[in-house]
Amino acid sequence: MASAGEAFAISLAALAAALALFGVFMAALGHSPLEVYSLIWRGGFASGFAWQNTLTRAAPLILTALCVAIPAQAGLMVLGSEGALVLGGLAAAVTGHALAGSAPMTVKLAMALGGMLAGGLWVAAAGALRQYRGVNETISSLLLTYIALALFNHMVEGPLRDPASLNKPSTHPIGQASMLGSIPGFDVHWGLAFGVVFCAAMYVLVRHTTWGFALRIVGGNPRAAQLAGLPASRLIVLACFLGGAASGLAGMVEVGAVHGTANASLIAGYGYTGILVAFIARQNPIAIIPVAILLGGIAVSGGMLQRRLDLPDATVLVLQGIAFLTILASETLYGRFRFNFRWVGFLFFMKDREPKPRRVEVNP
Amino acid sequence: MTELGWWGVPVAVLGGALRVSTPFLFVSLGEAITERSGRINLGLEGILVMGAMSGYAVSYWSGNPWLGVLAAGGAGMLLGLLHGLICNLPRVNDIAVGIGLMLFGTGLAFFLGKPFVQPKAPTLPSIPFGWWSDLPQLQSALQVSPLFLIGLALALALAWAFRNTRWGLVVRMVGDSSDAARAMGYNVDVVRTLSTAAGGFLAGVGGSFLSLYYPGSWSEGLSSGQGLMAVALVIFARWNPLWCFFAALLFGGAGSLGPALQAVGVTSGYYLFNAAPYLLTLGIMIATCSTRRTLAGAPGELSINR
Repeated sequence: MASAGEAFAISLAALAAALALFGVFMAALGHSPLEVYSLIWRGGFASGFAWQNTLTRAAPLILTALCVAIPAQAGLMVLGSEGALVLGGLAAAVTGHALAGSAPMTVKLAMALGGMLAGGLWVAAAGALRQYRGVNETISSLLLTYIALALFNHMVEGPLRDPASLNKPSTHPIGQASMLGSIPGFDVHWGLAFGVVFCAAMYVLVRHTTWGFALRIVGGNPRAAQLAGLPASRLIVLACFLGGAASGLAGMVEVGAVHGTANASLIAGYGYTGILVAFIARQNPIAIIPVAILLGGIAVSGGMLQRRLDLPDATVLVLQGIAFLTILASETLYGRFRFNFRWVGFLFFMKDREPKPRRVEVNP
Repeated sequence: MTELGWWGVPVAVLGGALRVSTPFLFVSLGEAITERSGRINLGLEGILVMGAMSGYAVSYWSGNPWLGVLAAGGAGMLLGLLHGLICNLPRVNDIAVGIGLMLFGTGLAFFLGKPFVQPKAPTLPSIPFGWWSDLPQLQSALQVSPLFLIGLALALALAWAFRNTRWGLVVRMVGDSSDAARAMGYNVDVVRTLSTAAGGFLAGVGGSFLSLYYPGSWSEGLSSGQGLMAVALVIFARWNPLWCFFAALLFGGAGSLGPALQAVGVTSGYYLFNAAPYLLTLGIMIATCSTRRTLAGAPGELSINR
């Protein structure tokens, strides 16, 4: 198990390498890398307005990354976050419309529950298929994502379409009263708080409860888990459900705080970027938060790159792809250096310390 | 124009199977080579899109679509090589690198392909096999791409080569037991890297079919997960190139069910019918996988089997 300091240093180095490679790529195309970097900085992080955009973008990424990170504790590579997000958003929009007129708090709560249930069940299916039928969960969850997108499009353009939405097929709007507002003092909607709380809860669950310990044993050593009589299937399906629920909540947040209805705008690739976030964070629920903010900022700055340098909107995708590959390649560096700065881990609450041997005073 | 009515559906599905199956065929043959050597490359989706873009671009510049096909294969080979080299590093997970490559390949293709969305590049010719029929629908259904025939020949050749050549034996040995291969003095990493690069070449050619034959233009929504489905298809085909061919036909047919039904007036469930190949893939995997045994014919070193 890598120490927190080692994980931090290696991930940072990998990200720096990705930025450098991206700079080389930009230079090869005749753009000044420094200008590109400074535009990313200005577009994503340099002003209050930029931060507001960045945090708004980070909120769904935090939640979709959890959809990868929680099953990963049990050794699963589940990539169903995009599908869980759109179905969660659809369920939330339907619940919100059905309950329109009830007390706003009730509606919001029901929307959140509906979204989490839809997303959770969808991803839990991938976990169940693996445990009970031996179907590889990476492939099945990706296929489920495509099926979810088809189902979503069918519902939004067919049975659930609001006849009033002419140009852009959408479901019936949930109504202004049921919209999620902003966090007081910030211009960022409540989705960010949901994400942070969800991450903290998952961190405690995974690292500080018996359930989480059992889950990590199942992931780390399936044979040992079997010998210890752990209910691996139940643990795995539940972990997948929790991950899917996080992604479904992301869909609910997008519907409840941004769009007010479910339509094609939900299919924005948050699920796929969430995969990247989870991998850079090395599946650590707390580390997901800063990484999501970083990638959210980079995504937001794409607009500025487009306007100022006339670069295509896929520029950000290239940077993300390079970062993904350098992060994965950096896995090979673990255990090759001696790191000795545990304070970094302490700073980021990534507790992985061995207990220090306590000196025992013996009275003569 | 003869009215076929509902008979138009099976004819259109047949035509679709012949037309749509080619990218499935090439990608699955490529993946079969890669997986037989013991690695999974989930990034073929990204390679497919990159191949589609570079094939279209080179065809546009040179005016020769066949140069485009070669360029697509070359681009795919480079990305496959990248996957192979990164996976050679110890403790790097090949499935995860595949996901990274998927994002990288599509991102790079969208980035570099921006200028080619508008212009029209020369596309590949088609060979009419329906000259004996008077039905225009059947004639158009039997328009076969030369790439399809190349793919068929390649499937036969690969099936033969896996069994009967030294090269095929080495790839299979590396995939089944890296210890045995090492004992025989073969470099496992080199064989796997070359197999992944070869798989990338084929996946790139499969991508060029999308942009140079059908649909025959380059756009960002060109691929709808064919590269991904091909990975599942290889499992369904039990890593056997010949079965890959029939599986690709089946998937092509399923993929053209939606448009075929739309043509005869069934429009209500358009999106659901479009999901048919994914449902078919999932259904087949549920029906054939098991928790108790590994699949017959599966390479022993494959990470999904351990």
